[in-house]
Amino acid sequence: MHLCRRCVSVLLSRPLLSAALQPSTHTLHQRSHHILLQHSRVQPPVHSLTQRHSRETWTPCGRRNLTDHQAASPDVYNNKTDLAEREVEKHIVPFENLNVHQISNQESLSDIVVRPSPLQEISEEEAVQIQVPSALPPDSFTLKPYVDKSETLSKLVQLGVNLWELERRPNVGSMLVRLDFHADVAPKLLFLKDLGVEESKLGKLLTKNPFILTESLDNLEARVSYLKAKKFSQQSVAVMVSKAPYLLNFSVERLDNRLGFFQQQLGLSAEKTRNVVTRLPKLLCGSLEPIKENLKVCELEFGFRGNEIQHIVTAVPKVLVANKRKLTQIFDFVHNTMDVPHSLIAKFPQVLNAKFLRIKERHLFLEYLGRAQYQPSQPNYISLDRLVFLPDDMFCSDVALATLEDFERFQKTL
Amino acid sequence: MTTQAARLFRRMDGLFAVYKPQGVHWKLIRDTIESNLLKELNSCPPPAPQLAVKFQLLSSGENNGSKDLILSPSMLPSLADHPLVTGPQFHKVHVGVGHRLDAFSSGVLGVGKGNGVLEHLCGSHVTRDYTLEGEFGRATNDFSHTTRVIEKSTYDHVTQDKLERVLAMIQGANQKALIMYSQMDLRTQEAYELAVKGLLYPHGKSPPILTGLRCIHFNPPHFTLEVRCVNETQKYLRKLIHEVGLELRTSAVCSGVRRTRDGPFKAENALTRQHWTADCIIQAIAHFRKTTRKIRKSGMYRQTAGQLNSSAKVQEQIRSQIGQSDQISQEHVELTSPTSDRIVDGVTPGTG
Repeated sequence: MHLCRRCVSVLLSRPLLSAALQPSTHTLHQRSHHILLQHSRVQPPVHSLTQRHSRETWTPCGRRNLTDHQAASPDVYNNKTDLAEREVEKHIVPFENLNVHQISNQESLSDIVVRPSPLQEISEEEAVQIQVPSALPPDSFTLKPYVDKSETLSKLVQLGVNLWELERRPNVGSMLVRLDFHADVAPKLLFLKDLGVEESKLGKLLTKNPFILTESLDNLEARVSYLKAKKFSQQSVAVMVSKAPYLLNFSVERLDNRLGFFQQQLGLSAEKTRNVVTRLPKLLCGSLEPIKENLKVCELEFGFRGNEIQHIVTAVPKVLVANKRKLTQIFDFVHNTMDVPHSLIAKFPQVLNAKFLRIKERHLFLEYLGRAQYQPSQPNYISLDRLVFLPDDMFCSDVALATLEDFERFQKTL
Repeated sequence: MTTQAARLFRRMDGLFAVYKPQGVHWKLIRDTIESNLLKELNSCPPPAPQLAVKFQLLSSGENNGSKDLILSPSMLPSLADHPLVTGPQFHKVHVGVGHRLDAFSSGVLGVGKGNGVLEHLCGSHVTRDYTLEGEFGRATNDFSHTTRVIEKSTYDHVTQDKLERVLAMIQGANQKALIMYSQMDLRTQEAYELAVKGLLYPHGKSPPILTGLRCIHFNPPHFTLEVRCVNETQKYLRKLIHEVGLELRTSAVCSGVRRTRDGPFKAENALTRQHWTADCIIQAIAHFRKTTRKIRKSGMYRQTAGQLNSSAKVQEQIRSQIGQSDQISQEHVELTSPTSDRIVDGVTPGTG
């Protein structure tokens, strides 16, 4: 009996093996023709003897997408595509060792005559040992064909990882398909669980950062122990990792560098720096240049004093990573048009985080109604946080003392 | 048997109007509306996953090599149909924008998933109403009040009378252009009747033509003009303000361009920012369904009497609801009151 052509062992093999080999598209094409011819001639033995292999093997000629960057592995195929010269090598792998699948070569026409009849009975051991290649395409655009077969992928889907988003990123799909669940994925998942990351958040974390699965466990543990040495509590580390999934991919030196920068530049105590970083762990991940620029803008352009900047940053850390242009626009409007002094803005830094259009429309509405009073000493004082944070209906009823329809009509006159 | 998502998608077919705030690029609005519609569409339940036959090994011990492996087939949902693997049902909704408004201007913007109706609307000769706010005394390099000032001048000599005269002159020039571009021989009876009713339209390509122009507010240095025009761009309108200033021997900048009507879409029915959600949009599309059908059928839009009557009723309601009488709101109501597409010659007071 003759076996089929190439079998795809991507899922069950270890990453090093990379036994799924990619001939060129041209070869694929011809091969599929040969295979179809073979099938039409020789079908029965493979399919009748073993019930489990109920599917036809098929070989599409798709473009390579997922398996572009293979590790260099010895090419077991001989790429001769001439029909008359194909060699055969019956390669029977015991069904028990599912790990290694060898790629079989083709048969030659001469062997067909010698082949036993397909209706010949064979023993049970031989039947069990027949290995039928799985009907998986060697490459595909999506992860759909592999999800049902691969243990890694099915477990990831059950965890809640958005495979559709991940397969759109270059090379991530191939990487996921090649991972071995028990060797690579499971230890990291257990590690994250031990850290305290909730199970419901795991899916989102892995969707944002699948490369946490390829990071070595020693590195991950070293980084977590570093953070604990800096007196971050276990719970805050878990919260930081779920908010900033890429955090543990950064080296200890980089984390150290960043923490040192924040403590030094902002002039905050260690406790307050820890607090700020726990609330916005993105600070440790991104580059420091935009943060330095934002700080300079606050100091020089806006004219805030040092302690005011400290207060703003501890209250609203997002100011450090906000868009410089938008921040300037908001500050310009609040300070120059609404005539709010620096001290008041420092007291209510949430206004720097709000949407500009919202502030503008609400302020113009209040001005139109004659209620735009932002000085605490005057009567009818409206605080900036109430201006910005209340939802529309509450703003209209409590602050502006008008109806929502009036506000909408006013919006249409702006 | 259509799915719920497909039925919802069908209901999103049509045009509606949106009120664009100042400072926002129109593309941002289009993207926001598209993502809101997609969010609603993808929240519909996905189709049931296909069941696949899976053979599971029922063995006493390990599943390796024992000779009495019993394979039992069972139908399990295939993971390949899981929504996390297939992705969202809808990736894109082709929302288009009608006649565009640049970032500096605000106002009514016709938007929608029209399947070609938007092109009809833009290509046809619909008129649009604008409110232009100007300020005497300065001239800038791109006619708006935020850019670099090039010159300053006095404006004490400007009176409302002089302004009206200048506006009348501009309007006369535009009338001539309108007649010329309508390519109708005015010596015929039909052309005369059309001109009397105010139904002359430019045929084919034409430069921006103002079919109506008047001053609604004069408080030097600030003044406000109401304009009705065809084929315009917002930069042209700002340039118009500048030219009005030049004609009055002073200089003027434009501090606001606001579109109050875009063809059949008026400001009352335009959706403000809070209402750019899927259900409000679907309601607005249902509201404008008749208009959309008319545009699609005719290809050339003409304002009809039936629509004007309904819009007049809405204006009455608004007038009674406005508590505080303020100049701006009064003007807002007045702007939408001209109920015919007539050239606004007769309304301008004191025309010589």
